[in-house]
Parts: sequence; structure tokens; C-alpha cells
Amino acid sequence: MSEVVLKTENLGISFGGLKAVDNVNIEIKRKQLYGLVGPNGAGKTTVFNLLTGVYQPTTGCFYLNGEKLTGKTQEQINHKGIARTFQNIRLFNNMSVIRNVLVGLHNQPEFKCNPFVSLLRLPRHFKVEKAMRERAKEILRIFDLEDERNNLACNLPYGKQRKLEIARALATNPKLLLLDEPAAGMNPHETEDLMNIIRRIRDEFDLTILLIEHDMKFVSGLCDEITVLNFGTVLAQGKTEDALNDPEVIKAYIGE
Amino acid sequence: MSTVLDGLSLGAIYALIALGYTMVYGIAKMLNFAHGDIIMVGAYAIFVTLAAGGHVGIALLVAVLMCVVFGIVIEKVAYRPLRGASPLAVLITAIGVSYLLQSVAQIIFGAKAQTVSIVSFGTVKIASAEISVSSLITLVVGAVIMAALTLFVKNTRTGRAMLAVSEDRGAAQLMGINVNRIIMITFAIGSALAAFASIFYLMQIPSTEPTLGSMPGIKAFTAAVIGGIGSIPGAMIGGVLLGVIEKICLSVPVLAPYTTAVEFAMLILILLVRPIGLLGKKRREKV
Amino acid sequence: MAKLKRIKISDYFCYLIVGAVMIGSFIVAQTGNLPRSYSNLLVQVAYSIILAVSLNLVVGFLGELSLGHAGFMCVGAYMGSYLAMQLSAVVDNKLIVLIVSMLAGGLLAAFFGLLVGLPALRLKGDYLAIVTLAFGEIVRTIFKNMSVFGKAMGLSTQSIKYDTRQDTSLYLVSFATVLVVLFLVQNLVRSKHGRAITAIRDNEIAAKAMGINVTFYKLFVFVIAAFFAGMAGVIYGHYTTPVLYSFFSYNYSIEILVMVVLGGMASINGSIIAAALITFINFQLQSHLSGDLAALKYLIYALILIVLVIFNNAPKLAPIKDKVSPKAMFEKIRAHKRKPGDIRGDKSDWRVIPTKIRMDEVLSVDLQQGNDYTPDKPNKGGN
Repeated sequence: MSEVVLKTENLGISFGGLKAVDNVNIEIKRKQLYGLVGPNGAGKTTVFNLLTGVYQPTTGCFYLNGEKLTGKTQEQINHKGIARTFQNIRLFNNMSVIRNVLVGLHNQPEFKCNPFVSLLRLPRHFKVEKAMRERAKEILRIFDLEDERNNLACNLPYGKQRKLEIARALATNPKLLLLDEPAAGMNPHETEDLMNIIRRIRDEFDLTILLIEHDMKFVSGLCDEITVLNFGTVLAQGKTEDALNDPEVIKAYIGE
Repeated sequence: MSTVLDGLSLGAIYALIALGYTMVYGIAKMLNFAHGDIIMVGAYAIFVTLAAGGHVGIALLVAVLMCVVFGIVIEKVAYRPLRGASPLAVLITAIGVSYLLQSVAQIIFGAKAQTVSIVSFGTVKIASAEISVSSLITLVVGAVIMAALTLFVKNTRTGRAMLAVSEDRGAAQLMGINVNRIIMITFAIGSALAAFASIFYLMQIPSTEPTLGSMPGIKAFTAAVIGGIGSIPGAMIGGVLLGVIEKICLSVPVLAPYTTAVEFAMLILILLVRPIGLLGKKRREKV
Repeated sequence: MAKLKRIKISDYFCYLIVGAVMIGSFIVAQTGNLPRSYSNLLVQVAYSIILAVSLNLVVGFLGELSLGHAGFMCVGAYMGSYLAMQLSAVVDNKLIVLIVSMLAGGLLAAFFGLLVGLPALRLKGDYLAIVTLAFGEIVRTIFKNMSVFGKAMGLSTQSIKYDTRQDTSLYLVSFATVLVVLFLVQNLVRSKHGRAITAIRDNEIAAKAMGINVTFYKLFVFVIAAFFAGMAGVIYGHYTTPVLYSFFSYNYSIEILVMVVLGGMASINGSIIAAALITFINFQLQSHLSGDLAALKYLIYALILIVLVIFNNAPKLAPIKDKVSPKAMFEKIRAHKRKPGDIRGDKSDWRVIPTKIRMDEVLSVDLQQGNDYTPDKPNKGGN
């Protein structure tokens, strides 16, 4: 349990002199559910963007399982094992549900297939396609989306779109999964369901999960440790309850 | 010396067209491919008025009026329905509009070039170089128009609304700015500038044909990109720069046949090395 | 799984129709009744189909607008034909010369495709479109000024040209090429690589986050499309003489784009039909109209572009479109067979021009504000 999966060291980025994220140190252990909370504009999504290579940090660096990933591209970081979802859902809207997941499976070593093999439809192509479909269906089953697999992604109800995004990220076989407000816009029943799914995939896929969420019930029900950000800096860190009851945190949320 | 001066006056024309491009691109976020063909509309407006026996002054007025009307109608009919659609859809429609204008002009007036002589001023001698007065007029009037435009955008209510719309359309709308109206005004101003460009063009090359606007149009877009799209001073600098480069290229025998290639190569290079142009503002995609 | 294995006619529609035309005209030709003008038309149709389908790869599947497709054809036509002329002095078999020069012309064009693909890695949308346009014009200007290729007189391909009065086999070879191209393109778009390409089109940011190698696929599509366009150019060089730079102007690129728009984004069958239709209309107009009325062709193109694009893409027209479009009617007829909302393939609405960049997202970002400034709007119901 003590194995550290993600470690950030003084991670920071500034835009035009404004420090959007400053000096963030997080350590997440294997199979941990870790929360990142804070008021709007605190820099939570920016941390995600740093961890996935969308932005390159101006200071500091981060490690996945001890390997330094700072400076790598988004694709490389994904191959190394970090996958994410987006705050404003970014599905492939004009593709069916199953195809969204198939895209996630694209780079898995067991599904490697040279473009020219596909161009000529050699037997390998058919084998890979069939195996990919089976795998995609398995993943969709976890999220209870199997029956919707031929629907267009953009026609799904909102809650299911969020789930599909997680399914797609999961398909890339990550070690660390970053969830950006996974429960936003869900009703209490769906939220409950999502919490169960998150726990389940954590166990089944041996995942470490870092999530951003505003719903404190969701965070305290799921995460054992959190980091609270405000104006890009760490306000409090540690066991969920302690961090949430920190006077500084209460001040930031409620005001004085 | 005279090459550079020629280039300057050609550049002034490019700059005027580029201003139209840059304003529309900056505010409506679309590449108005048909902008060059508005110049052609202006040229034919002058041609028709003169042929009908109208005075030169009236002809110029008619040209400006026609261009503005065309600009507004095109925006309303072809571009407005696509607000919110993919930028590529708008670009393809704009190409369609450009074709529409050219083909209708050809059906009405024929593909043959028509002579339009507005006025001839002759030439003056400045420091041993002979330059045509019309070139000088082009330069001076062009500079005045640009200065006026800059003042307009900075100091009037409408101008500031334009800036707001170009910065963030959604936010501008929330602030009570009528975005459709602002975009319409932008098209009107851009088209009026195109009308002026057509006047100056005819002063230098007194003939008009249906495809008159397409090459200058694309080159002016190049100028706008070089200067940094969305930037008014950038369009001026880019236009003048491109005009001078074109004339210099044409005066070197080895380069002359490749003039267009050189200009386009410049466009590609600028876009690759510094996509925001000389004076553009940097924007980043949001995740 | 049984459902997957059932052969769907629409998947093979393109082969059927192209094969039918090919065999049909071959039979008519055997009886000696195929008019010469029609064997000419058939060659034109063939290279138009190749051009339209390959451009559709870039525009419909990758979601980038290329206005320089004729430039690739130009490379293939000049260089492939030149090679064919050299080869035909050595090799006696006309067919082998054609095939070898087609491959070589395609490869050379593909190299230019790589050059154009490089900007595509940094630029998007309007900017990339204008770069491809510029590229097409540059290529044309260069070929116009090379003395090897006859300068402004064009490259005379008399020695390799198929004289349609005696030898009508060019259209057979052309149609065979079309079948090969279709086979490759269909396989590509229906494979995992095709999915990756459409994923880039639908949402490049998400595709990157899913580990899709965006760089590779963008270059790949540009290279493949250029390769096919180059092959079309070589066919053109064998069909007509001289190969003249002015043919490959940006007007011709637009003509190919008109075919793609008319046939539908990411619809290969559509591109085939539209390419045939446009070529046929052109052919008829050419033989019946002259002088200034030739502009009628461009008027038709203009109307196709404006009307179709607005009708298919205007947000406000969407409800009307859903009612009256042929697709909607087709769906109604088949509704009892399938669950509503189910789709096959990647195309939700193949007429809509794919959005890669949503304007409000790209253009309204102000970095000064930090990055968490995102309105919490659910991205529902497509773009």
C-alpha cells in the first residue's frame, strides 16, 4: 500500500506573470482515491493540464512510479499511464458509444496493427478488430452502457456521457486516472452509482485515482486524502476530514 | 527608388483590402473569401456609372454604396445563418459567394477586360525618380483612412463594441452588445474600404474583369496574416511590406516569374514560424 | 456478433456501382457502340472519383480543409507523365509504363503531401486552408517555369497519350485504379486507424489525451490523399496533352471540393456519385456552352456550395433539415428495423462539416484569466 504512484515536486505554472498554480506537492499512493478540491479558479484543472502534458510546468516536476514525466507530450504521458476526463465533457460526439471506447483502446500493445495491414485487410486486421470490440464491450458493461453501444455519444443523457468519458479513459489502461468533476450535473442516485463504479474500477484495474469534485459528500465519501487549493497554492493537505475542517479552508470557502 | 515607391502605392491598396480582411476576421472570426470580389463589384459599379454618362465623383459614390450594400447583404444571407457552425463551413460558403460574384459578373459583363479610365494625373518628379500622382494620392488617402479607422475603433462606442466582440463574443452579448449589428457594421466598413481599394486600383490599372479581385484578395489576406490577423496597424504594415516585396521581385529578372510563389512562400513561412504575425496577439487553445 | 457478419450492401455499394459501370461500358465497347466522347468522359469520371474520394479523406475524415488538392494532381501529372515518357522509350508494354508511372507519380505527390502535412501539425482551420491554397499556387508556378516541363507551353505528352480513337483501354485501367483506391480508402476508414482519424476530427484535444498520435495520423492522411491525387494526375497525363499548369489552378481544387461537399462529408459513396455527376454536367456544359456562358459552371458550383453548406450546417435550420432531408426519410422507412438513434459507422450526419475547433472555445480564451475559467456548460447534443 505504501508504494507512491504519483509524486509532484514544487509543481507550478504561471501565465503572463500570474501564478495559476504554485508550488504544489502531492503524493498519491497506489490504489488510493485522492481528492483535489478548492473554490472556482483555484487551479485544479490547471494541475490536471500539467499532469497530462497540455501545459508544461514553469517550475517543478512530477513523477509516475518514480519515472519523471515532465516535458513529455500528451500522447507520451498517456502511454506512460495517465488518463483523464474533462470538466466540460469532450467525447467524440459524432461517433457511437462503442467507437469512443475503441479509440481509447487504440494504443494497447495487444491491439497493435500496422496501418498498411489495415489498408490491405490482412487477417491480422480482422483479428484485432474483433478482439478490440470484445474488450470494449467488457468495459462498457462495467459502466452499464453496453446496451447503448450503438447510440451516438452526443445522444446519451448527461450522466451517461460522464460515465462514457471515464470508460474511454479506462480503455487506455492507465495506472493513474484523473477525473475532472465526474459527478457534476448528476442526480443523487447517479452520484451514488458513480461512487460504486469508481471503487469497483479501482479494485478491478488496480487503479490510482485523483479526482476534482465540488460535491463534498462525494469527496468525503470516496477519498481518504485530499489537497485543498486556493489561488493556485496548497491551502491544506492530508486526511479528508482534517483538511476540510482546517480553519483556513473554511475561511476560503465561507469567508470570514 | 521608383520600384519602392511603386511598391508602396501597391502596398497601400493591399493594406486597404487587408484591413477589411483583418477586421472581419478579428470580429466575426471568419475568413471572408469573397472580400476580394467586393473590389470587383466596386470596379464594375464605377464602370457602369461612367458608361451611363455619370460624373467621376458620382461613380465613386456609387461604388462605395454598392460595395457596402453587397457586403451587408452577403453577411446577412450567407454568413449569418452559419453563426455558431464550424469555421470551415463558413469558409466554404465564403468561397461559394466568391464564385457567385465572379460568375454573375462574367455572365453580365463578359470575361473580357473592360477599360475604365477614371482620371489621369500624369507624373511628377521627386528626387530624380518619376512617380505617378495617382500613386501618391493612393498612399496619402490610404494612410488617412487607416488613421481614421484606428481612431474610430479606439474612440467611439461602436468601435469599442467591436473590440469587445472580437475579444469575447459571448461576454459581449451578455454586456448588452448587439453582436449581429456589430458584425454587420464591420462588414459595411470592410466593404467600404474595398470600394476605396477598387478606386485606387483603377487609378493605377484602368481596366476591370470578373476575376479582378481574386488574386489581390488572396494577397491581401497574406498581408493581413503577415501583419498579424486582427491587428489594424499590422494590416497596414503587412500590406505595404507585401506591395514593396512584390514590386522588388518583379524588378529582378530571375525572380520575376516566381513572384506569386515568393509571396505565398512568405505566407507559409510566417504562419509556421510566427502564426500570430508581426503584431498579432497570442491566443491559446483551451482545455 | 451475427449482426456484424451479415453482409451489408451499402458497405460494398461503391465497388458495385464502379464495377457495374466499368463492365457495362466494356460490353458496350465490345459491340463497338461506345461513342468516343463517352470513353473520354469515363476517364474524366475515373480521375475525378479518385480526387474526390482522396480529398474527402482530408476534409471529411480528418476535418481539415485543403484548397490545394489540384497541386498534388499537378505534381503527379507533370512528373509521372515525364517519367512515363522516358520509360516508354525503354519498355514496350503500355500498361506497365502506366502502372509504374502511376506509382512513381503517386509517391512524388505523396512527398509533397508530407511537406503540406507539416504545416498541418501547427495550423488548423482557416489558416491551414490558406496554406494549402498557397502551396497549390506555388507548385503551379514552379512547374510553369521549368524548361524540362515545357514552361508556359506545358508538357506535351503526345508520346504516351492514349488515342481514344483507336485505343479505348485507358478508361478500363482508370476504373481498375478507382477500384483499388476505393478498396484502400474503405479499408482505412473502417479500421482502427480510421477511427483514430475521425477521433482527431471530432475532438483533437480528447484524441491527444487518449494517446492518439495526432502528428502521425495527420501526416498519414495528407500523404495518402496526395498519393491518390498524384495517381489521378498521371491518368490525366495519359489522357490529354499537353499537361498544362493552368489546369491545376485553385479553381480546380475548388471543383474537387464541390464534389466532396455535394457528396457529403465523410461519405465515400456520396463522393463517387457527386464526382460522376459534376464531371458529367461539366462535360455537357462544355459541349453546349461557349464564351461567357461558361461561367454558368461556376454559378452552379457557387450555388451548390452556398445552399448545401448553409442548409446542412446552419444551427437554426437543423429542425427543418431533420424533417425534409433524404436521410431522414430513409431513416423513417427503415425505422422498424432498427432502434431509433442507433447508427452504424462513424457518421452521425455526414453532410455536416466537422468542427474541430469550436470558435467560442479557441478564440475567446484569455490566458490572463487563468484556466479554470470555464463556464460549466454540459457539452450536450453535438457541436
